[in-house]
Amino acid sequence: MNTNTLIKMENITKRFGTVLANKNINFSVKQGEIHALLGENGAGKSTLMNMLSGIYTPDSGSIFIRDQKVRLSSPRHAIAAGIGMIHQHFKLVEALSAKENVIAGEKKQFFLHSKKLSARIKEISQSFGLELDPDKKIYTMSVGEKQTVEILKVLYRGADILILDEPTAVLTAQETVQLFSILRKMKNAGCGVIIITHKLHEVMEVSDRVTVLRKGETVATVCTKETTPKALTDLMVGRSVDLSIQRIETTHKQSILEIKEVTVVDEEKVKVLNNVSFTLRTGEILGVAGVAGSGQKALCEAIAGLQKVNSGKIIYEEEDIVGKTPKEIIQKGISMSFIPEDRLGMGLVASMDMVDNLILKEYQNQKGFVLDRKPAQKKAEHLIHKLNIQTPGIHHPVRQLSGGNIQKVLLGREIDLNPRVLITVYPVRGLDVGSSYMIYDLLNEQKMLGVAILYVGEDLDVLLELCDRILVLCDGRVTGIVEAHSTNKEQLGFMMAGEEQWEQEVEVVD
Amino acid sequence: MIRLIKKADISQSQIMTIRIMAVFLSLFTAGVFILFLGHNPFSVYGSMMSGSFGSLYRLQETILKTIPLLITSLGIAVAFRMKFWNIGAEGQICMGAFCASFFALHFSELPSLILLPIMMVAGIVGGGVWALIPGVFKAYFGTNETLFTLMMNYIALKWITYLQYGPWKDPDALGFPKIKNFSESAILPNIFGIHIGWIIALLLVAIMHFFIHYTKKGYEITVVGESENTARYAGMDVKKVVLIGLLISGGLCGITGMIQASAISNTLSVEVSGGVGFTAIITTWLSGLSAPMIVLISFLFAILVQGGSFIQTAFQIPQSAAQMLQGVILFFVLGSEFFIQYQVIFPWNQYMQKEEN
Repeated sequence: MNTNTLIKMENITKRFGTVLANKNINFSVKQGEIHALLGENGAGKSTLMNMLSGIYTPDSGSIFIRDQKVRLSSPRHAIAAGIGMIHQHFKLVEALSAKENVIAGEKKQFFLHSKKLSARIKEISQSFGLELDPDKKIYTMSVGEKQTVEILKVLYRGADILILDEPTAVLTAQETVQLFSILRKMKNAGCGVIIITHKLHEVMEVSDRVTVLRKGETVATVCTKETTPKALTDLMVGRSVDLSIQRIETTHKQSILEIKEVTVVDEEKVKVLNNVSFTLRTGEILGVAGVAGSGQKALCEAIAGLQKVNSGKIIYEEEDIVGKTPKEIIQKGISMSFIPEDRLGMGLVASMDMVDNLILKEYQNQKGFVLDRKPAQKKAEHLIHKLNIQTPGIHHPVRQLSGGNIQKVLLGREIDLNPRVLITVYPVRGLDVGSSYMIYDLLNEQKMLGVAILYVGEDLDVLLELCDRILVLCDGRVTGIVEAHSTNKEQLGFMMAGEEQWEQEVEVVD
Repeated sequence: MIRLIKKADISQSQIMTIRIMAVFLSLFTAGVFILFLGHNPFSVYGSMMSGSFGSLYRLQETILKTIPLLITSLGIAVAFRMKFWNIGAEGQICMGAFCASFFALHFSELPSLILLPIMMVAGIVGGGVWALIPGVFKAYFGTNETLFTLMMNYIALKWITYLQYGPWKDPDALGFPKIKNFSESAILPNIFGIHIGWIIALLLVAIMHFFIHYTKKGYEITVVGESENTARYAGMDVKKVVLIGLLISGGLCGITGMIQASAISNTLSVEVSGGVGFTAIITTWLSGLSAPMIVLISFLFAILVQGGSFIQTAFQIPQSAAQMLQGVILFFVLGSEFFIQYQVIFPWNQYMQKEEN
């Protein structure tokens, strides 16, 4: 056995009820290695990592850490074994400082040795290139800084095996670069890093080896240098996949929705949208880039009538729709479809079946007192067939479907209403490669039909490939509207960080 | 260390298994308690059954106790479906009874066919408005409905007490604080020995089941309860839906009040609700807000109440002990809700899991 193997997982099997989440999985991480874990949704990545961090225990199989067989029956054991997991959703106490968060949960000492602690944190920070003020409160931090605190937390506890679950999903391009440099420093210090991600170019950029899981089984472990994104995708999906996103050229672009100097102030008197103006045209996809929480939500909800607009106008076909209720906007024949970021919290009712969810947007147009489910039943069957939705049946609660299928139900419902304007917020968030491309295709199809699409995205590569123009938001302000084919990630990154667009491009308004 | 894991999804049959196990465990525990009192638990349970079903009269008594529970539970279920925690059924019953009694006492010369429907409508309005008040405050000022509806109970109860001791006191009752009995035309007729309330109750079950599952308003109520954000997103007027739902919720409780005043007490008194408003919260919850299940659970509860009062006389068990039996059963059944939601992992189980590896 290789002496520099940090982790070895052998024939791991884990079953949840009737579902086999992991089946005889073999996985190993060497010292000084960044190992990427790839797989579609439900391939078993999280289950495997949760067993490594002591949240689940395997039904059979063994885990070795530095050639020692271990039983990780609780997260505490995992930490003691040097394994630290950084979850997608940060587990930090907002009101405390970075330093206080780092020692939260430590049992050994009663008193805080503040100075010693600061010194230790500084020491760790310096050796891995983490930039952090130990006394800064969490709630004043950016997402990137919070993640740094999470990393610091596990390093402070002596972890030399780091698991990161989709760490870049919430980061800007610059923050991602920073994160990767931290990971490389850890690797050079002899740590093992496991990174779960859906973004292939990140895998190629940062990892040494890649393990691909499919349907709970290990498909392959390959050296990153010897593979290509295409090969990885094929492994992941199990068949050959076309990875390019088409940007379809359309004619007859007409202005359909005009946002004029819209300002929205939230309950804390913060301007979440500050004097935002732009035009949405038919047959185009307008991308919206920006760090999470830059005003994307307020913008979309303002258009859909869900958010009170303090000043400005939203002109749809020569009519100002500011102040109209969502019902009026839906019923006025302004067929605007809004696909919210929070699928189950806003777009769909989790406990209801597909039929009752499809009826949500059209029952108001039914006459009389009684609810007619028949058209929706037909539509549900039609959508399952058309979008290849995996579900045991039209009467199955949507909550129990996978993320991709839930998104298909939502998108399918909105598209079926034949909208003229389609607003979608993070439509591929959490989706695997196959499902994501299916969504891109659906959006392109709508674009060809002349629908105006507002696409709020997080993956800059996708924004650059899919959209015609990209609008960048920072702290509720528009820092630039650029043609997608004539810009790049760096430029977008700078605008996302608040720098105004250098060369103001002349916007074409028909 | 004992660990709790939240169960993700649990099938209806598993839920029912847990609940049935809880009932058996409670019967066992209560049986031990009965042994300590010096009685044979089997004969006590047996006579609880015969106390509820043993004769036509006893069966009728059981059904009479089912009716108010049933209708009130239907009402509470509508509010609970919207996640509006209406624990003000007690007050809504009282106000329904009050409004119905107003017509019963002041228009007593009207014929039954006219007076009873008027009383029914008055009951609905009384209960509905009483539920609407906390609803309006919640919708427009964000007040806490649990506290608000609870407090409204006491106002309603005290209002009836005031009427009983004051303005509506029967002058012919020789100073006894009692409201005048209703005239014959204000009392619900009997069908098969039981007042017509049982038919009303069954009709309401069918109507409410249809309303919730097959009408647009019922659909809106369900969506609002599941997710207010989704409801807003779909263009629903959330406030309006909540207020209509509460009007129905309180209205149903008001019907209970009207029936109890008219058919059971034949007058208005503070005892008109008899705690049904609180017991119905339990039956509603146990039935999972489903109208057909409410029929079953209300009936089972009525057996518990009727059987409990029967064994007091049959075995000379003190009233408090009989109530304790009810308490034990409730404790187990409500406690089982915890096991429906969480899985408990004991330290020895964790080790067992390890050994298998």
